[in-house]
Amino acid sequence: MTMPDLAPVEEPTSTEPEPEREKMVLIAASGDLDKAWPVLILATTGAAYGMDVTVFFTFWGLAILKRPDAGISGDDWRQKLLSVFNRGTPENLGLSKLNFAGLGPKMMKDLADKHRVASVQELLELAQQMGVKLWPCQMTMDLMGLSRDDLIDGLADPAGAGAAIAEMKQASISLFV
Amino acid sequence: MADTVVDARGLQCPMPIIKLSQAIMAASPGQTVELISTDKGSCTDVPAWAADMGHPLKEQFEVDGEFHFIIERA
Repeated sequence: MTMPDLAPVEEPTSTEPEPEREKMVLIAASGDLDKAWPVLILATTGAAYGMDVTVFFTFWGLAILKRPDAGISGDDWRQKLLSVFNRGTPENLGLSKLNFAGLGPKMMKDLADKHRVASVQELLELAQQMGVKLWPCQMTMDLMGLSRDDLIDGLADPAGAGAAIAEMKQASISLFV
Repeated sequence: MADTVVDARGLQCPMPIIKLSQAIMAASPGQTVELISTDKGSCTDVPAWAADMGHPLKEQFEVDGEFHFIIERA
């Protein structure tokens, strides 16, 4: 499917301060296809509700943000090994159940295509277009040997649990997926 | 007849709501947007979204398995 064009953003016509938008925070801690999908469906729908949406990617969730050409990353042999076996990108995510060495996600994506469900890749791009903030977690990037260059463009600066909590304290919806 | 028609037929959740929200944002207050969807979930999603956002849902009807919603930009 093709991505819908974004509606033009209206220029503010007065000097009145913009009303404070409600906040939604999602913690994407899983690199499973069946978790990444609902995270991005909720993120884009939250943005459609006019909410200020932040998705914080940590642990296996960072796989969603990896560049297709990231290659082998890290300094330590364990980090390098991890980057080989956890290639990441929305394309390579597996299912938490019935993965069958990649056959499961292939069937799931074929079904999604047939039923015209937007893919994780499409939803990720749509989320960025809609102004959803995508935050990689600094500590897990360091742990896994991922640098900013191993992740896609257009992300917010890497942040930590402190920043995540500060966002969640103000949010009316916070979910850990 | 609505000022804008959004054809979301064949698209699944969450795309009808995403497309509707974009069309409403692009409309001027008082203008109407008609959403046409084949996603059954739209029947609950669209009224919920419109009520929360404060955009009046003027009409909702079904024609040959297609769901039509006419929403006014508040």
